[in-house]
Amino acid sequence: MAPSDDLVCCPVCDALHEIRGVEEGKRLRCVRCNTVIAVDRPEAIVRVVVLATTSLILMFIVIFFPFLELRNGVFDSEASVFETAMTFNRGIMAPLAIAVTLFVIVLPVARLMSFVWALGPLTFDRPPLPGAAFALRLADTLRPWAMAEIFMIGVAVALVKLGDLATLAMGPAFWSFAAIVFITAIQDTQLSKYSIWTALDTASRR
Amino acid sequence: MDGTGHRIAALTAREAGFVGCRHCTRVSPMGTRTCPRCGGALESRDRTSMQRVWAWWLVGLMAYIPANLYPMLLTRTVGQVQDATIVGGVIELAHHGAYGVAGIVFFASVIIPVGKFIAIAYLAVIVHRPHGHKPGHLLHLYEVVEWIGRWSMIDVFVVAILAALVQFNLLATINPGVAAVCFALSVVFTMLAAISFDSRRIWDQIRRTSDESPA
Repeated sequence: MAPSDDLVCCPVCDALHEIRGVEEGKRLRCVRCNTVIAVDRPEAIVRVVVLATTSLILMFIVIFFPFLELRNGVFDSEASVFETAMTFNRGIMAPLAIAVTLFVIVLPVARLMSFVWALGPLTFDRPPLPGAAFALRLADTLRPWAMAEIFMIGVAVALVKLGDLATLAMGPAFWSFAAIVFITAIQDTQLSKYSIWTALDTASRR
Repeated sequence: MDGTGHRIAALTAREAGFVGCRHCTRVSPMGTRTCPRCGGALESRDRTSMQRVWAWWLVGLMAYIPANLYPMLLTRTVGQVQDATIVGGVIELAHHGAYGVAGIVFFASVIIPVGKFIAIAYLAVIVHRPHGHKPGHLLHLYEVVEWIGRWSMIDVFVVAILAALVQFNLLATINPGVAAVCFALSVVFTMLAAISFDSRRIWDQIRRTSDESPA
């Protein structure tokens, strides 16, 4: 038996499958561990690119606009995500500043940009850009480390903790961030490794 | 709605003499080092996987101990300094009557990390030799551990947000404590431990006969 495009291994349990096309709208699961291997949704690629682009634009608002404003008669303050990441910028807390910046801003942005770079040309029926394979692999590796949605829950907890100290208002960035979290969740359900890589292969041969 | 691919006589890519790519699912002849499609590193079974799992697990545990002993938050109000540890912060939230939020923080910063240490150690010990567990159950355990680990970061982000918002010189200031760094490191290390675990091993030590029954 020689390796071919039809032979597919399950990335979770290594079981070997032969796939000869997927019926539209169906999902193929691994016979052994039930992991989704292939999803055939022809519009998925376009959808992922659109969602990633939307998130990137929203991310710009998130980073530089305040997401929480704190007011009581005596003092006011507001914080943007960028400022939050920078609070740890001194002394032994510096590694924490880097970590928060990475998890909340850099890695989510890098992941979105990888998707747009690798799959964007495909939506216009163009051959993929150089480095598309690397970008897709990067997006896959970064997945657990992009923690925007966890930051959202952190905001909610902080709201409760400060509730009796002052009045809090959510800034524009808060709602943009909420939108990104929601969009990313939809985006991830569209993905299947097999289908995305097959699409990239097909486009490269064109 | 769901279907399955055609099953081939050979059980795994490894047994068929192939090495499968975990990034893009393509199979290549055994011995190939990099995947011709996506350029990812190929290894039929990650041989150093267990060493890395235990190494990350251990440093994760080492960082988790000071994370619980030292203060997470330093609150200064009109000359008074208060510090709160992870558990102290949860108790304070409960005193405010915010039981739901206290529950979330307790779950994210105590139950998840402790549960993760136990679950990863259990998986790492058990896959070494033949075991009677249904592989499907072990995989569920692994997937839960891998998915849930990142949620422990909630407390670190809360500290960051509070410290960014509450900086009013003499009136009130909140600063992060040493434990915030330790805790963040502990979460990162245990995530690395979980990622280092090669889930394909769960199936390797199982006798073919018991393996065939759907989990």
